[in-house]
Amino acid sequence: MAAQVRVLRQRIRSAKGMKKITKAMELVATSRIAKAQARVEASLPYAQAITGVLTALASNARIDHPLLTPRERVRRAGVLLVTSDRGLAGGYSSNAIRTAESLIARLKADGKEPVLYVIGRKGVSFYRFRDREMAANWTGFSEQPTFEAAREVGETLIKAFTAGADDEDGSAGADGVLGIDELHIVYTEFKSLMTQNPVTRIIGPMQVEDRPRSEGVLPAYEFEPEAEALLDALLPRYINTRIYAALLESAASESAARRRAMKSATDNAEEMIEKYTREMNSARQAGITQEISEIVGGANALAASGSEV
Amino acid sequence: MAQQLHVDLVAVEEKVWSGEAEMVVARTTEGELGVLPGHAPLLGQLAEPSQVRIKQAGGEQVAYDIAGGFLSVTGEGVTVLAESATPATPAR
Repeated sequence: MAAQVRVLRQRIRSAKGMKKITKAMELVATSRIAKAQARVEASLPYAQAITGVLTALASNARIDHPLLTPRERVRRAGVLLVTSDRGLAGGYSSNAIRTAESLIARLKADGKEPVLYVIGRKGVSFYRFRDREMAANWTGFSEQPTFEAAREVGETLIKAFTAGADDEDGSAGADGVLGIDELHIVYTEFKSLMTQNPVTRIIGPMQVEDRPRSEGVLPAYEFEPEAEALLDALLPRYINTRIYAALLESAASESAARRRAMKSATDNAEEMIEKYTREMNSARQAGITQEISEIVGGANALAASGSEV
Repeated sequence: MAQQLHVDLVAVEEKVWSGEAEMVVARTTEGELGVLPGHAPLLGQLAEPSQVRIKQAGGEQVAYDIAGGFLSVTGEGVTVLAESATPATPAR
């Protein structure tokens, strides 16, 4: 009996330790969500401004830029997948990977060869374990992405995209580099604290929306330098901004997913502690009862034998 | 001052400065440029590296060192887009 009580006490202690850890992680994740959301908020003015500038530019200049024109034949399609660096975030990374896998299957069915670009240690180890080739991968910033990181990713992708312009069937074309003709991004959209959905977006070539304008005549802009040169400089920055926005949103989703996972882990630990405490109490009570009945039995036996003497 | 410019200076990670000003001085790839209220709409790429000076009413001036910047002047005001903006030591 005493041994059983000791085992249960040991289990309770370890469940309590786990609960402390998961609770701490839950609190950290909660504060990170707020921070990540604030950063999404802070990046909005720039995103809006650059969209406004591009709109003004696009309606004033002839749009004829490699980053805007869909290729006639898409042979290789780039897929940028955003996952997390650390685990313990529920299904966050595996959901993103699953979405990317279904996109890859779809691309293959269309006769396109997928080229993988992966952000986050979880995604990298997924593909490394399966011996699948990645064109590039980045790790170390999934929870707190900086624009620097986004720019590095963006520059690699834009380089690959421009290199893909002259590719022939099965060969690398004039520049000797196999590039990509299309660029997809898979990241996790932050809907609310409870819902985060992995989504697929196409970011290259960019699609220009032709919208009928409601306001009167557009101001006739002056351009310094010419519109084409401006477009050249602006479009890569715009893609970087899009990637940065996706990274920020993924970071918020990651923290939210982690918070939820850690909350349910904490709840489970609590339940376990309660269950074990009950078991321990009843085991202890059983032990006491047994001891009492042994004492009473012993006393009765003594009394009985005493009366006979 | 009869007219003021509304100036927004936004970097990728945050809005850096916003307010009313009398004049914005910046250097595009084509040359130095001062924007006063009522300036014609303009889109410009800023020189690399460059400094943007915002002159406020009352003679005060704020200056920022800009990397990867663009300047957009519209009827509503001036927007400076920057990949990074750091406060510069006040010029002169």
